[in-house]
Amino acid sequence: MTQSVVVQVGQCGNQVGCRFWDLALREHAAVNKKGIYDEALSSFFRNIDTRSGDDGPDIYKGKICSLKARALLIDMEEGVVNEILQGPLRDVFDSKQLITDVSGSGNNWAVGHKLYGCQYRENIVEKLRKTAEHCDCLQCFFIIHSMGGGTGSGLGTFVLNLLEDEFPEVYRFVTAVYPSGEDDVITSPYNSVLAMKELNEHADCVLPIENESLFDIVNKIHQMINSGKLGSIVKQNSLVTSSASSAKTVQEKPFDAMNNIVANLLLNLTSSARFEGSLNMDLNEISMNLVPFPRLHYLVSSLTPLYTLADVNVPSRRLDQMFSDAFSRDHQLIQADPKHSLYLACALLVRGNVQVSDLRRNIERLKPSLHFVSWNQEGWKTGLCSVPPVGHSHSLLALANNTCVKPTFIELKDRFMKLYKKKAHLHHYLHIDGMEQSCFSEAISSLSDLIEEYNELDATKGGPRTDPSRLKIAV
Amino acid sequence: MSIVTVQLGQCGNQIGREVFNAICSDVHGMHGLCSKKENESYHDACKERFFSEEEAEVPVARAVLIDMEPKVISQTLSIAARSGCWRYDDRSHFSQKQGSGNNWANGYSVHGPRHREVIMNLVQTEAEKCDRLGGFFTIMSMAGGTGSGLGAFVTQCLRDAFPTSFILNHVIWPYGTGEVIVQNYNSVLTLSHLYQSSDALLVHENDVIHKICAQLMNIKQISFRDVNQVIAHQLGSVFQPTYTAGSGSHYSRNPLGDLMETLVPHPEFKMLGLRNIPQMPENSLAYSTFSWPGLIKHLRQMLIANAKMEEGIDWQVRPPRLDSSTPPSHSTNKPLHFNTSIANLVILRGKDTHSVDLGSFQDPSLYTSWLNPQDAFNAWKTPRAFNKYEKSASLVSNSQFLLKPLDSVVGKAWNMFASKAYIHQYTKFGIEEEDFLDSFTALEQVISSYTSL
Repeated sequence: MTQSVVVQVGQCGNQVGCRFWDLALREHAAVNKKGIYDEALSSFFRNIDTRSGDDGPDIYKGKICSLKARALLIDMEEGVVNEILQGPLRDVFDSKQLITDVSGSGNNWAVGHKLYGCQYRENIVEKLRKTAEHCDCLQCFFIIHSMGGGTGSGLGTFVLNLLEDEFPEVYRFVTAVYPSGEDDVITSPYNSVLAMKELNEHADCVLPIENESLFDIVNKIHQMINSGKLGSIVKQNSLVTSSASSAKTVQEKPFDAMNNIVANLLLNLTSSARFEGSLNMDLNEISMNLVPFPRLHYLVSSLTPLYTLADVNVPSRRLDQMFSDAFSRDHQLIQADPKHSLYLACALLVRGNVQVSDLRRNIERLKPSLHFVSWNQEGWKTGLCSVPPVGHSHSLLALANNTCVKPTFIELKDRFMKLYKKKAHLHHYLHIDGMEQSCFSEAISSLSDLIEEYNELDATKGGPRTDPSRLKIAV
Repeated sequence: MSIVTVQLGQCGNQIGREVFNAICSDVHGMHGLCSKKENESYHDACKERFFSEEEAEVPVARAVLIDMEPKVISQTLSIAARSGCWRYDDRSHFSQKQGSGNNWANGYSVHGPRHREVIMNLVQTEAEKCDRLGGFFTIMSMAGGTGSGLGAFVTQCLRDAFPTSFILNHVIWPYGTGEVIVQNYNSVLTLSHLYQSSDALLVHENDVIHKICAQLMNIKQISFRDVNQVIAHQLGSVFQPTYTAGSGSHYSRNPLGDLMETLVPHPEFKMLGLRNIPQMPENSLAYSTFSWPGLIKHLRQMLIANAKMEEGIDWQVRPPRLDSSTPPSHSTNKPLHFNTSIANLVILRGKDTHSVDLGSFQDPSLYTSWLNPQDAFNAWKTPRAFNKYEKSASLVSNSQFLLKPLDSVVGKAWNMFASKAYIHQYTKFGIEEEDFLDSFTALEQVISSYTSL
């Protein structure tokens, strides 16, 4: 069994990360009734004997004593991390896992990447090494950050670079939250494009997320609950937006519901690696199957169902509805419509009481309406995990390598160019040690190249299919 | 003689467990329909073949379990132990932590060499437990990374370490519409490598077994467990003890050797298909009766028309007419759908097998002209019924059964290769484009050979 480490950087990264740990504990509590520290738990948690203080030795087997998250919390201002440490999760982290500063990065990628990067490099490397040492077999780093700010975007991508240098064999999965058009941070296009270059070059897989999509999903759920359809009662803890504490004594913070969706994404992504199933899908398989060319590693994700109704019966129609929903535009976690774009590859990870025949039936049903690239007409990767998420009897995570990410990137490029042409705000960046004009031009050219690659693929869509001729054997 | 089973990867281990389950439940079942003496003979032969005797405990399967991640093996070991009628040897398994990531190159070039010694030691230990080693039976899928890549490597090692033993690879052909996106690459690399070290490849296609589950077994929500159980039943029907022509009044002791001798006369032709009839849900068994002529007629037509199961057979397909004026080689006026055989083996189990007329299988028009029809066809029989079926017949065939699937897999893989998609994932671990080309060439050769039968 392998371990994964979560590196949460910046305000967004830490808030999402916090939700992740909350839900991970809830998920394991639901599955692990006997309180034994098992392999599934060890993938994200250490078990420490705290009788000798907080720095006790790891316990590898037996009863759970004190669980500590395999995480690194980085933020250049203290507010968010302090709040986490005073909240219900304070015992899951310890002071050695934190790196904080006081003044923040001022929404400036250069400050995060060049200034703080340089300053904290050794500290970060040391803490990463420590975390890695506690892992028997470290398989993957999950990095969570936003693209539009300064710390998450700048320092987050600095850490990404670092991980490639120090741990080249370990996979790097990045969950990146992209800014929306109405983002109130004026320089977010600069920060995002500068960060994109790093993601292009150093990440194994990127799961882009857009706040607008999360917001729409949250609204959809509220509508569903409030519409009070005849007799349909939604199980509260099954909402993809719900927090672990079912007793709503404390007012939920505004982004909690949205962040819970992302947290669920990560939980579902790793479920087959942690729990058993009839067709396992590990993290290295995701990278292997969904990344046909090294730079095209952006995966559009969707989670279904968003909630479960209280009736237990699962007719297969509802199962089929779950599959259909996974391909609809309003379930995607970015503003994109994969159905009308070109698929390079698609992965379906199913959890719960679903069998291979259900999977096959739905793939057969949905295939005709989807466009796959000519050299990968049957490009499906499937996984079956027996353990469903809390509150559901089954669920589906769809990951698509699809050209529908292109509009997001093109928009980003346009917003960048609007500012860059006028050289607006550039001086804030250029006066940082190590930043030059070339950083900007290289970044935008990297993004343009990426868009061009997607364009070339799109050009093949719907064209006549001529299969390459086979080798001829002399008889 | 004993067979050592090597279970590789998730698929190999899940199937292996069902195979031993099926064998055990057959042996302990009350439906032998034969004399007590016969039953005991069968029981002993089966025991010797598949299990080693540990003092006064449940029999221990002669198997080595290999996987590059631990979950499946631990599940397999515990399910077997809980069955109460057989188990695995607790030391006879090897697993790692990370899996092979569906990457053939990772299984073959990284895990293989790294763990070669440990794995071969386990195999050696099992082999030494046998009084006489009858050969190796490996179970693997082609689509993933461990079963396929590490499986190909282990087969090579087996060949090197045991040059005179028989090696039969049981290979699972994945569903046509994806379980794994790079499955066609993995399949091409696996088949081409196995062809060099293995004696024969016995193939089961997931799509076919799935149809059997849906249409014959009437299972509504088909799980991999259901699929694996059908596969296990079919394998059991081949490898449980039988009398061969040469074994006289004893159960034959060399199943793998006999199989190779009858079915693989030429090293270019190693692909074996398997058909078994009848297949039906257990609760219908009591209400059905079959006649041997009916079963044999269906089985023969399944062979000729390349039908996957006993429903939906195309009865229009007929063997070509061999006039005396047609030269014995390449008759060009063969009907297009006709499935030409090199050699066939029919296995009959149950009531009245001694009186069954198998003349229709000896028809020379079914075969190529290389072997005498008497040599091209063989039959194994036993009066002892198998797994609650009063009568059952299996066909193991070296014919054009697998030509279409093979061609399809190679075609898709070539299509993907032409665009160089995913190649970087393989070169990362040392499998280069030339290696791919070699594999493609080897398989095109096999396709060409089978086509021109």
